[in-house]
Amino acid sequence: MLTKRIIACFDVKNGRVVKGISFKDLVDAGNPVELAEKYCNEGADEIVFLDITASTENRSSVYDLISTTADKINVPLTVGGGVRSADDIYKMLRSGADKVSINTAAIKNKNLIQISASKFGSQCTVVAIDAKKNDFGWEVFSHGGNHPTGLDAINWAEEAVRSGAGELLITSMDADGKQSGYDNELLSAIKKRVNVPIIASGGGGKPEHLLDTITKTDVDALLLASILHFDTFTIIQIKNFLKQNGVNIRI
Amino acid sequence: MLKIAIIDYEAGNIRNVYNALLNSGVTPIVSDDRKDLLTSDAIVLPGVGAAKDTMQHLKNKKLIEPINEFVNSGKPFLGICMGLQALFDYSFEGGGKQDCLGIIHGNVNKFDNSLVVPHMGWNTINIVKESPLLNGITDNDYFYFVHSFYPDPIDKSVILATTKYGKEFASIVEYKNIFATQFHPEKSGNIGLKIYENFINIVKNNK
Repeated sequence: MLTKRIIACFDVKNGRVVKGISFKDLVDAGNPVELAEKYCNEGADEIVFLDITASTENRSSVYDLISTTADKINVPLTVGGGVRSADDIYKMLRSGADKVSINTAAIKNKNLIQISASKFGSQCTVVAIDAKKNDFGWEVFSHGGNHPTGLDAINWAEEAVRSGAGELLITSMDADGKQSGYDNELLSAIKKRVNVPIIASGGGGKPEHLLDTITKTDVDALLLASILHFDTFTIIQIKNFLKQNGVNIRI
Repeated sequence: MLKIAIIDYEAGNIRNVYNALLNSGVTPIVSDDRKDLLTSDAIVLPGVGAAKDTMQHLKNKKLIEPINEFVNSGKPFLGICMGLQALFDYSFEGGGKQDCLGIIHGNVNKFDNSLVVPHMGWNTINIVKESPLLNGITDNDYFYFVHSFYPDPIDKSVILATTKYGKEFASIVEYKNIFATQFHPEKSGNIGLKIYENFINIVKNNK
């Protein structure tokens, strides 16, 4: 039976893992290669590596860091940040990434999702959506959460999947870094409308939060960042807790 | 020394297949050269992406004929993910009917619409037939899958293991000298590396 995936996520700035609250106040959380290896050994089902400063600083991603990380781990690696073109995606895949996450570039140029899906396959085309609650629903933000786009998150999720996204990484900007639980309302709303796997991101602070979101939203995977980087809980502790509570998990 | 060639045809995850073989004790070569491939002791056909693109790349690089020639030589061949699907007669990926290599008879079909597709993540296998490829591997070991289409061989005796996603499908096949997995052993932790170690042993014993 297919398990729920527990994914360790890295936000990277200048080659270091960083973590902030609601995309601000970044603090150092370690060496990305060492952490990837550590989490892989502890049972992470996937590693996600987001070069969050790439859009803001307009620099291309660090292929060396991707290959060094990919060489050390034997679970899937998703990378994102600085993706502008099919050529960027190709280079990331060629460096050892299994999936590429597109965020700002997909908003600017919707064709990029389609091009990536047809050239490399939907299975490696992840669209990341940073969403913030407003009076009408949730608005999509681009450039690492800095620019409001006016796009409705649910509509954008549907459009991304229609264009060929094989997976959606949904980050609630309201919940991100606060460790007070995922945004189940947002996740449910998107999960109901699309047929591809959904990764829940933002807000995971203790094992109960993951269980709550799995039970209430049936998302396919959950992203963990701060909770791991500061050793609040280990992946093994979280996975054991979920397994004991009847969730299908790879131990 | 063993010469194992990974077929280079613009498939994305060659580096990870390379590392897995390296970590299993063999330094592979990566090549699209006919002579390199035909003089190898074994070939690995990796693959991600769509069937149509895969076949187009193989065609453009004039690799179809050497693959067939290698397969007929009786030397061990390993297909991974799209590298498994490409071995079949036809794939229905992309809406139309895509001709594949036609080495294993059967089609590659789309998962039912009621399922979340791609089938993405860690799933177990159910071993239905013994094989040296499965040494040390047991039922309920987890492997990493990511695919929207599944192989459906006509001759069910080629199936080594099945996996349940909606229905049971063939997740590992063995036909003569050809071995293929629908999952990515190079992304399946230490148990995945066992598949490569076992394949290398098959190559050694065949030499």
